[in-house]
Amino acid sequence: MNIEEIRADFPILSRSVHNKPLVYFDNAATTQKPQVVIDALVDYYTNLNSNVHRGVHYLSQQATMAFEEARVKIRDFIHARYSHEIIFTRGCTESINLVAGSWGRANIREGDEIVISALEHHSNIVPWQMLCEEKGAKLKVCPIHEDGSLNMEALAELLTNRVRLIAITHISNTMGSINPVKEITRMAHEKGIMVLVDGAQALSHMKVDVQDIGCDFYTFSGHKVYAPMGIGGLYGREDVLNAMPPYQGGGEMIKSVTFEKTIYNELPFKFEAGTPNVGDAIGFGVALDYVSNIGIEQIAAREHELLTYATERFKSDPLIRIIGDAPDKASLISFVIDKIHPYDAGTIIDQFGIAVRTGTHCTQPLMDSLGIQGTIRASFAFYNTREEIDRLMEAIGKVEELFL
Amino acid sequence: MIKIEESTSAIVSEFDVFDDWMDKYNYLIELGKSLPLIDDKYKTENNLIEGCQSRVWLHAEFDGTNIHFTADSDAVITKGIANLLIRAYSGHTPQEILDSSTEFLNEIGLTQHLSPTRSNGLLSMIKQVKMYALAFKTKQGMS
Repeated sequence: MNIEEIRADFPILSRSVHNKPLVYFDNAATTQKPQVVIDALVDYYTNLNSNVHRGVHYLSQQATMAFEEARVKIRDFIHARYSHEIIFTRGCTESINLVAGSWGRANIREGDEIVISALEHHSNIVPWQMLCEEKGAKLKVCPIHEDGSLNMEALAELLTNRVRLIAITHISNTMGSINPVKEITRMAHEKGIMVLVDGAQALSHMKVDVQDIGCDFYTFSGHKVYAPMGIGGLYGREDVLNAMPPYQGGGEMIKSVTFEKTIYNELPFKFEAGTPNVGDAIGFGVALDYVSNIGIEQIAAREHELLTYATERFKSDPLIRIIGDAPDKASLISFVIDKIHPYDAGTIIDQFGIAVRTGTHCTQPLMDSLGIQGTIRASFAFYNTREEIDRLMEAIGKVEELFL
Repeated sequence: MIKIEESTSAIVSEFDVFDDWMDKYNYLIELGKSLPLIDDKYKTENNLIEGCQSRVWLHAEFDGTNIHFTADSDAVITKGIANLLIRAYSGHTPQEILDSSTEFLNEIGLTQHLSPTRSNGLLSMIKQVKMYALAFKTKQGMS
């Protein structure tokens, strides 16, 4: 992997912030976009823009082909069986809401239970809370070990015959822990429990194979895997999706409409009411091509190397406490500096042109259970370098000098 | 009693001395560390300002003429900002506070530098200061 060439693919990486070269360590929030993705958007709006699935005219047909080709690319990337098992959404949050609003409202009844984990992002908590409130169902939370790994014994105990669904993150956005989703799915399916995996953090870091995992739903966002913002997807197994009622009504999702009765369209269109986000979907496909060309295994190896280096450097500073040290971990480090508020540290680190995230990372219940106000999070992508990690250490040194 | 404008222009000239932002932060941190401690009994849910990454408590007392503010935060930079606001506004009448401009924060670059998002709570703190002034003014008018 030629890191200079890769960095040159991402134009934003050569800009400065506060008169210093940008160090972008907020990849878990959103990843940067390679030039090919930016070009794809410009090309779409320059040469191809038209509404899909409707017109017989040339442009509409070309746009439809490009749009559907993107769906096939996503299918291949996550190893789904059929492309109609891929529903385009605005992102992971909308995908989870789609499942809660459609499958959930049709299947969850009073007294049922839904199990999530203590690691979940608000997006994989609130839709289920809303559903449980509406249905009189109960939300149960599986605890984690101190290192951030899931407590599998506790999970086994939670899976009673009242549980209808487990909704669990593939990778924790706060602690980096990679959950054993295949094993969890096996445990759940033995008891007839459905499984939704929140894959927001996973697609960019590891090979994802939804058939191998065996889950019923898998949700993801394009922008966290080098694609544009505003596009994402839901994978659902064909039989599961077919049995679900539509989520939103409108154009595209119907086969025929009279004022008396509407016949719904087939998959995937049944769940894609309204004009879809064609340009960004095409950009999503291009981003996945970009990742595949480099190789997700190569990316994972490079990121693991960065994580190992950063972890070593962090551990050499006695004032730093790493939050989340699971044996199976993605390339992000959440940490606190002894006696220094994350907000103070983040403000000074920003002055060095380094983008890190501070706060609760939309996992407030997790922070509460860890008894901390928040953390500083540095999340790495394959385009980051050891030199950039050194610059972060330098900034942390300055923070300690200023506040202690 | 000096006017609000006098305090704020003094603050502006103090910040003018520094060329780069690291020095300005250094000064804010000093101000944060030297903020007089708030009485712990005022660090209540009620006095907590919503919408900051750090927790900020702002307590106001009205002596019938002037409002006196005390504040605290668990983040030092936020305490520094609170210190500036207290210097500017504490010990003034509700009307003076309501009439005052917050332009000095632009002049020292605080509003543009500390992005006006939920992260630093600067705007929430100013809003709360003005809310107290309005509330005490109303109370004053009624008695």
